[in-house]
Amino acid sequence: MTSGFASTAALIQVSYFLTAVLFIMGLKRMSSPVTARSGILWAGAGMLVATLVTFLYPGMTNYELIIPAIVVGTSLAWWSGKRVAMTDIPQMIALYNGMGGGAAAAIAAVELYRGGTAGVAISTLAVVGGIIGAVSFSGSAIAFAKLQGLIHGSLRFGGQKFLTLIVLIGALALGALVAGEFNTSPAVITGIFVLALVLGVSMTLPIGGADMPVVISLYNALTGLAVAFEGFVLNNAAMIIAGTVVGSAGTLLTQLMAKAMNRSLGNVLFSGFGDTAAAATGEGPQGSLKPIDAADVGVMMAFAQKVIIVPGYGMAVAQAQHKIWELCQLLIDRGVMVKFAIHPVAGRMPGHMNVLLAEAGVPYDLIADLDEINSEFDTADVALIIGANDVVNPVARTDKSSPIYGMPILNADKAKNVIVIKRGKGTGFSGIENGLFYLDNTRMLYGDAQKAAAELIAAIKAVG
Amino acid sequence: MTGIIALYIFMLAAFTGYEVIARVPVILHTPLMSGSNFVHGIVLVGAMVALGEAHTPLEKIIGFVGVLLASGNAVGGYVVTERMLEMFKASGARAKKDAKEAP
Repeated sequence: MTSGFASTAALIQVSYFLTAVLFIMGLKRMSSPVTARSGILWAGAGMLVATLVTFLYPGMTNYELIIPAIVVGTSLAWWSGKRVAMTDIPQMIALYNGMGGGAAAAIAAVELYRGGTAGVAISTLAVVGGIIGAVSFSGSAIAFAKLQGLIHGSLRFGGQKFLTLIVLIGALALGALVAGEFNTSPAVITGIFVLALVLGVSMTLPIGGADMPVVISLYNALTGLAVAFEGFVLNNAAMIIAGTVVGSAGTLLTQLMAKAMNRSLGNVLFSGFGDTAAAATGEGPQGSLKPIDAADVGVMMAFAQKVIIVPGYGMAVAQAQHKIWELCQLLIDRGVMVKFAIHPVAGRMPGHMNVLLAEAGVPYDLIADLDEINSEFDTADVALIIGANDVVNPVARTDKSSPIYGMPILNADKAKNVIVIKRGKGTGFSGIENGLFYLDNTRMLYGDAQKAAAELIAAIKAVG
Repeated sequence: MTGIIALYIFMLAAFTGYEVIARVPVILHTPLMSGSNFVHGIVLVGAMVALGEAHTPLEKIIGFVGVLLASGNAVGGYVVTERMLEMFKASGARAKKDAKEAP
């Protein structure tokens, strides 16, 4: 029997080691477009190995609960993941990430309730990991609800930061009681998790929709950290390594995103954004909005030498990317040089717009990022803005009182003609007026992006 | 595992995560965030162990929820990442095909 246990334990350890290797190599492969697909397959294989071998864990019981939980969780996630539209990917990442955080908090709760954490060090890791996991759980749920449109605007009231601080201190104080083994009663343990869940909600509610990608990325890193901490508690190397790798990678990714938006992380978390914009800017842009017909735009583009398309989330919402690509193919056939200019935060998170364009079949080499394309707007005959707003707002360069002042933008205003396809006269996701729309070389093509694209296709075909 | 060894693992894994991500192009940021989201789905093995060791009804309920959430994280993360990366591959192949067809 003893040797049987020993060899099972060895099998588990070796499998976890293999899993850690597959995860790291998988992530590495995911960092290049050529190998990215195989990367997720490698990581998936690692996950499968680790999960199967865990069923052999010595002393495991409750299989009648474990298996149904896995079946239900797997089915729900599989079903939702397969049918979600590509436009809604960011909130699904938030949702799945929150589930991971909740699972880490659940591990902490079970281990603390049953007194399975021996020593102050392990108890502290369990408590801290549990708090972080619970914050990530409820915070991600709020982020999901905001991006899904279930919660509108950002809820803010006087003394909110103070309240958040009080909740944080309360959670840490109760945590210290438990971790230091002064009072490990179930009531105190429950209190930690209740306060941590409230903390996640009160931290996330005041943050504006435009900052959500940074927040989701941050919670992704936090969940990784929580998983690593619970890995220490369970003495599980696979969890420690995978959790820590995600924790540090997620932190770097968060910094990259915040940098692309010219926001510091502290700024995102602790200052209001968007809602106060109207008051902050004082006076609106000068000039008037000048409408144009699709037929005129079609002629303009058909005889252009170079057209730069600036797609935004509005294009994706209207599901216009396929029509836009059809339009571009027509132009390319006429000998027009066509490029797509992607701002780092086009879409709802960095790289999201690339996913959406890839879905429509746009090849890589036509897609340029901000640094590559910005010097080319000077030579473009037409810049076609579809559903993008803040990322082409020249106010970011000039108006120091604007909340987006200093954010790197696409210099669409430098093109000879700027055409803006827009549903109506409303402001963007952040609620800031766009100076670009009022420039002399700008014309507004009002209408739904998909319908406008279809009209442009007809107009270009009519040119012959 | 002694404390100091665990600390070393933590430190080395942290640097590994940073280095692996450092060279990622912007176009892959969203799939990569989703992929790393999948990787911390490894919390599933911990949740299974925690539920496997649970005794009281309260522990069992929380453990059950933990396993359910963790498998959602792992499976959901995998499905959406794979869907995104599959499109990237198709787009590359199409670009290559177009290049070949061009005169």
